[in-house]
Formats: sequence, C-alpha cells, structure tokens
Amino acid sequence: MAALRRWFLLTGLLWVLWPAAYGAAQSLQALSAQLGTPDRQTQQNAIIALGMRSEPAALKVLAALEAGKLRVSTSGQVLIMGSDRKLRDAFSGSAVTPQGALSEPLVTNAIRRAVTLSVSQLQLRSNDLELRRAAAKVLAGGAPAEMEPAMRKTLAGERDPTVRKLLRLSLAQLDLTSEDARRRVGAVKVMNELGDPGLKPLLARLLEKKSDGSYLEPDAEVRAEAGAAVTSLERKELVFRVVRDLFYGLSLGSVLLLAALGLAITFGLMGVINMAHGEMLMLGAYSTFVVQNLFQRFAPGAIDYYLVAAVPVAFTTCLLVGMLLERTVIRFLYGRPLETLLATWGISLVLIQVVRLVFGAANVTVANPSWLSGNYELMPDVVLPYSRLATILFVAVIVAFVWYVLNRTTVGLQVRAITQNRRMARCVGIRTARVDMLTFGLGSAVAGLGGVALSQLGNVGPELGQGYIVDSFMVVVVGGVGNLFGTLYAAVGLGAINKLLEPVAGAVLGKIFVLGFIIMFIQRRPQGLFALKGRAAES
Amino acid sequence: MARGVLRQLHTPKQWAALSAVALVLLVWVPIQNLAVPEGAPAHLPNYLIPLFGKFLCFVLLAIAMDLIWGYTGILSLGQTVFFALGGYAMGMYLMRSIGTEGVYRSELPDFMVFLDWKELPWFWRPFDSFGFAAVAALALPGLFAFVFGYLAFRSRIRGVYLSIITQALTYAMMLLMFRNNTGFGGNNGLTDFKRVLGYPLSEQPTKVALYALSGGAVLLGYLLCRYVVTSKLGRVLLAIRDQEGRVTFAGYNPVTYKLFVWTLAAVLSGLAGALYVPQVGIINPSELQPANAIEIAIWCAVGGRGTLFGAAIGAVTINGLKSFLTNAYPDAWLFVLGGLFVVVTLFFPAGIVGILRSLRRPNSKDSGAGDGTSLPAPAVEPAIAEVAHAAASEPEPAARQAS
Repeated sequence: MAALRRWFLLTGLLWVLWPAAYGAAQSLQALSAQLGTPDRQTQQNAIIALGMRSEPAALKVLAALEAGKLRVSTSGQVLIMGSDRKLRDAFSGSAVTPQGALSEPLVTNAIRRAVTLSVSQLQLRSNDLELRRAAAKVLAGGAPAEMEPAMRKTLAGERDPTVRKLLRLSLAQLDLTSEDARRRVGAVKVMNELGDPGLKPLLARLLEKKSDGSYLEPDAEVRAEAGAAVTSLERKELVFRVVRDLFYGLSLGSVLLLAALGLAITFGLMGVINMAHGEMLMLGAYSTFVVQNLFQRFAPGAIDYYLVAAVPVAFTTCLLVGMLLERTVIRFLYGRPLETLLATWGISLVLIQVVRLVFGAANVTVANPSWLSGNYELMPDVVLPYSRLATILFVAVIVAFVWYVLNRTTVGLQVRAITQNRRMARCVGIRTARVDMLTFGLGSAVAGLGGVALSQLGNVGPELGQGYIVDSFMVVVVGGVGNLFGTLYAAVGLGAINKLLEPVAGAVLGKIFVLGFIIMFIQRRPQGLFALKGRAAES
Repeated sequence: MARGVLRQLHTPKQWAALSAVALVLLVWVPIQNLAVPEGAPAHLPNYLIPLFGKFLCFVLLAIAMDLIWGYTGILSLGQTVFFALGGYAMGMYLMRSIGTEGVYRSELPDFMVFLDWKELPWFWRPFDSFGFAAVAALALPGLFAFVFGYLAFRSRIRGVYLSIITQALTYAMMLLMFRNNTGFGGNNGLTDFKRVLGYPLSEQPTKVALYALSGGAVLLGYLLCRYVVTSKLGRVLLAIRDQEGRVTFAGYNPVTYKLFVWTLAAVLSGLAGALYVPQVGIINPSELQPANAIEIAIWCAVGGRGTLFGAAIGAVTINGLKSFLTNAYPDAWLFVLGGLFVVVTLFFPAGIVGILRSLRRPNSKDSGAGDGTSLPAPAVEPAIAEVAHAAASEPEPAARQAS
C-alpha cells in the first residue's frame, strides 16, 4: 500500500518536474515542433514546458493551437495559419512554404485543459495588464492546484487591484481545500473581505452537517469564521439587490415617464383623452429607424451619431402629426372626452395600419450606436447598461425642457392661463385655438422623443405604442391630472414598486398587483397623488 | 297589467316589427337550414349558423353596453371582462364534459396534464355540473360588477376616469388569464370541447339549438333592457347621464341606480359570453385585449346610442363588415374600423338610427323626440368639465394653480 502511494507520488512529481527540466534545455522552436507529434504524452509535456517559458512567442503558439490554426511540418517548421488561410512561420512571422508533410495537432479535452493552464501561466507573467487581467479572471472561476506557485509569485509583484483581487479570490478557493486549518481560516477571511456574493454557497457548504450529524468542516474556528462571512455576505447581497432593483425601478420609471409625459400635457393640461398617444411613441421610434437607415445609406462614417440627428427629426415629425390631428379631429371634440377617446382610438388604429403597410408588420432593427452599447459595473452583480443610464439622463433633460417651456416661455404662460380660465384668457387676447394646437403638438412631440429612447431599449414594431397606453394613463391619473411633477413621482414610484415586487411575485403577477393597487388607489383618491386645490377640484 | 307593460315597451306597430324579426331569427333561419335539403337554393349554408350565433352574442353584448353607456353615460371599457367571466364559466363546464376523450385520455383537462397537475383545483370541481356553470356564468360577472361598481361609484369615479380604470381592469385580467398558473389554460385558454349536456357540438342540430338559444337570449335581453329604460327608473338613468349633480340635488342617490344597471349589464354580458363559447369552440385571454372592449363601444356608436336596437344594428353591421373585409381586403379592415371611429364621432353622433330618423323626419332637428331617449346635444362630461372646453354657458371653474 505504502509502496504504491510512494510510486504514485514519484511519478506525479516526475510528471510535474520533468517537463520543466526537459523544456529548459530545448529551444522554443524544437519544443513547439513537438506539439505536432501524435504521442499525447509528449504533446502534453511540451505544452506544460511552453507554459514555463518567458518568450511571448510561446503564448502565440499555444493560442494558435487552441484555435486549431497551428500546423507542424515533418521538417520541424512551426506554422500558424492566418485569417487569410496563408501559413506563416510562428517565430519570424514571414510567409513560408512548408517543407515535408503538414500535420495538424489534435486538440482533445485534456490538451485543451493543459493549454488553458499554460496560457494562464504565460499571461500572468506577461507585462501586458490586459492579459494578466484576463488570466486572473479565468483563474478566479476555479484554478487547478498546479497553478498555485505561479499565482503566488504573480500576486507578490502585482500592483493592479483587479488582478490582485481576482488572484486572492482564486487562491482562497484553493486554500479552502487545504489540509491546514489555519490556511482555511485565512481563506474564509479573505473571501469575507472580498465580499463577492457568488462565494456564499461555497462558504455555506462549510456549515453543513454530514448525515451522521458531524460538521463537514471539522475545525470550529473555520466554521465560526464562515458563519460570520455568510452573514456579512448576505447583508452585502441584500444591499446589491436593493441597489439593482432600485436602478431597474428607476429605469422602468423613466420609461414610464417617457410614455406618460406627453400624455400629462395633452390629458393633464388640455383634458384630451388621446388614445393615439402610444402611436406617437411608435412614430418617434420609426423616425429613429428612418434616420438610422438614411445614415447607413448616405453617411456610413457618421453612423454612430444618427441618434443625435434622430432626436430633432422625431420631435418635428410628431409635432406636425400632433398639430394636424388637433386641427382636423380633436378640435371638434373639446368638452366631449368620451367621444375624443373613441375618435383617437380610431386614429391609433389607422396609424398602426399605415405603419404596417409602409414598414411591414414585423419588428424593425434599430441598433444601439457603439457609445451606447456596453455596461457600467457599479458593484459585482450590479451591471448598468449604458442605454438605460442614457435613458434616465435623457428623460431628465426632457422633463427639464417641458418644465422650461411651460413655466418660462410665453407659450407656456398662455397654456397655463387657458388651463385655468379659458374665457378670461381669450378676453386678454390669447389666441386660444392656436395655443391649443401648439400644446397638443408639444404633447405629441414629447411622446416622439420618448419613442427615440424606447427604440434603444426594446423592439420597434407597429404595436409598440399599444403596450404603453394603459401604463401611461395609469401614471398620469395616479400622479394627479394637470400636474407635471405628480407625473414624475408617479412614474418613478410605480416603476420602483413594480421592480421590487417582481422578485417576490414574478413579473406578471407583480404587474397585476400594481394595476390592482392603482384601481384601489384611484377609488380612495380620485384626484391622484397631488390633487389640485380649489373649488374646481370637484365638479 | 300585462297589457300596460306591453304598451309601455312599444307601440303596436313596433311590436309587429319586433315579432317579425323574432320570427325570422327563431323560425325562418332554423327551418332554412335544417328543413330545406342541402343543395337546394333556399338552403342556408351550415357554416352561417354558428356565425349568426356569434353575431347574436355580440348583439346582446352591445345592448348591455348601450344600457350603461347610451342611457347612463358610463363608458365602460371592461365589458369584455364580464363577457369573458361568463365564457370561462361555461368553458369550464364544457372542458369537464370532455371526460377522458382529450388528447391525453386523462380525467383532467388536457392543459392540466400538460402542466403536470395531479388533481383538479378546488375551484374547478363544481363546474362538473351544468346547472352550477350556468348560474356561475351569470352570477360571477354580476357579483364582480357589483363589488367593483360599488367601490367605483361610491368614490364618484365617472366619465373618462371610469373608462380608464375599467380599461386597466381589463388589462390586468388579461395578464392574469395569460398566466398558466392561474388555472384556466393560460395562453391557449379552454378549447377542444366535445359536447354540451350530452349533445355533440359538432352536429348541426346542436348548433342550430345554440343559435336559437342565443336568439332567444337577445330578444329577452332586449325586452328586459327596454323595460328598464321605459320605466321611471329609465328616466332617472337619462337624468344621471345628462346632469348627475342635479339628480343628486333632486333627492336621488345616483349610486344605487348606476349600480343596478351596471350589474344588470354585466349579467347580460356574462350570458352573452356563456352562449358565445360553445358556438365558437374556444375561450382564451385574447378576448380580453383592451381593443375588443373599445370595439363594443363603436358598435353602439355606429348603430346609434341610447336606442338599444341601434346597438343591435351596429353590432351586426360592423361584425358583418369585419367578417367580409378581413377575408376580402385584410389590409383595409383597420382603416375602415379606425375611420368609423373618427367619422361617427365627428359627423354622426346619433349613428345609423339617427340618420334613418332624420331621413324620415327631415324637418325635425331632434332626431328621437318620440320616446324621450334621444341623444342630447353633446353633454359636457362632468369629470373633465373643470378643464373647461365647455360650451360658453358652462360656468367657469375658479382659478387654480396648474402644475
């Protein structure tokens, strides 16, 4: 028994040590050429030996092997196939004609594992920070024990905090399996300090009991540390989750606000029930699509900035459509909100069908410009897509714009005057018909801006607006009719409630709860959150 | 007494016309289909019977809508909820009556087998009985409407606010029914029915019987609504529609009256749903799309609001048009429907009935003077009157802060 173990130990040691001694003596060229041999053991040894070299070319060879681009000729040439399918010498980089028969090294799973290991080792020693980061990231997902010395060596000389953190994490994972209780305690402490919630199951396992009632982890100190670490990780996890939910709530709130803001103007200030409001969002999104296509066709170099151009285009398109609607239909229905509801519903059907005939019934692709794709990692597990961050910012700008128009411009003053007392406003010389047209146009145009943002977040199709109409009316009604800031609070509040309910109740049930809550809420406070004070409030 | 009631409902001439319609619906159509041999020119094709039956269910739905919208001024966008409740109640019975003839040969409905449910949920059990399902198809919508209406009317929610929250209700209901775990077949709904009360649904006599039942339900529903609107109660309803505030000052409590018609309309809608499902063979959440609820309103508006039979005319006209156009010119249908919404509200607020009346009495501006149920000059809907695009005679609300 003991003899057998010694034998294993010896061969294991040989397996580790021999390639190193063997590899040091050979040239890089000869070592690489061995990758082409059909003998697995030689191949594997060569890979491990390559991982110990310091020349950058070793990394190149291994990467080529992993990608299946490495060729070795019988005359000992090591060639790499470029993307143009031409063979180049792996070391000089010059194009060469192979002499003798070419062989393509077979990449089995065992080989791939060895390559990954060697590549990580080479990368860790590299001077390139990006390569070290990549290697550390791979290793943090679970490093093999053979990597330990190399990792400790790198950690000692490493300055970059990301690489340090990842390396400590993977070393701690290795230490956790060690025989030495002190090392395990140290590992648990490191994990606690790093605070990655993904480690919780690993730590929680230490606290589990075997079937016979004894702990899986024999050492009491390790268990105590692990218990403390789990508690602190859970607390951190909760913080992350709340932050994430709040962000997504804010994001959903900003989308709701985009959809509802225009409605807050047309419904809130003018009292027009515009069921075609969702279609204004849709037109805004399609304007973005058209601008994108025009850029693709005529200015492919500036394609990244099409979104900037889409903003005024969508605004103008929807402004004009809105004013046209006001002049031709809505003007005749003032004071008859139920009829307005039906007529604008009809308009929405017509608009949907027009878009369907022009652009097709299927969804169209509106691509994110490169500066909007990607994520910002606020904390581990809290990843904020740039497009959503930009939406929140965009909404803030629109709210400021609408507030400015309504409170700091002449037209805004006239709008407010008409809202308060239409006849009096006329008496002092305000052209109410013209202001009505502009107000409705503004509401529609703001919806168009919303459409630009929505095109960056989801699908663009003819039915885009239908999905938002119920939600946006809810937001306006909850916020209180005629009150822009009420709309703001209602949108963000409903968005947050929705996202906080989602993990508890599921997405659909959460939404149903919110709708039910709103229906109950309106019955308690028919005037919304921010009721207008005064005699007019109850008519 | 009985004679008095008959007089109250209709003049003898109108009774004659109504009887003629009833004869055509209940006697002539079934005979043309069943008694006339197939191939004969007078034979009514089989496929038309369920289609007509479907239309009749829509007519009942439209009449109920007219009762609450045309007469009481409540534009409900939640009628499809009551319709679907009735439909699902009946669908559950039909589902249970399949027995073990489903695809999976199981005691349980197919979709439950598919979801790997082991036993029937408790709320499905009583629906083994037709009697229970029939009562539930009327009582569930009624009860639901009563509770919802009580809460809404008591809080004085009206006008567009009521429209908006009923639409939210429909939307929430649709989302709920789309969930598989709610227990009503999720996305696919309830379908593959085999028989009702032992009669196979695939056979023509069953179809004709269902059609005739729908016809009978429409006639009874119409007479019931007619009775309501021609009674004193009906006058109060009209008053509520036109000036709810004054009704309150005159000593009436509008909540009671609204709640009554609201519940009645829900029960009728539930009945329509219960008759609709066995004839169409499926009930699924798409019935609850907000668009469908608004379409009911346009049936009433096109036919002519506040006349009951106008709603029936509108429902038949639009659904006939829809059946024809969605086949012949599918791209045009939404333009026509959308156009109807706009044109009718802008130019023909009294609908088809209004046009017919003004043709008959070209000099009379008041198109429906005879029975006191005419549409008023566009009434100012109270909820929004504060925003005051109102007629000049409307008192202006006091100045207030905006935003």
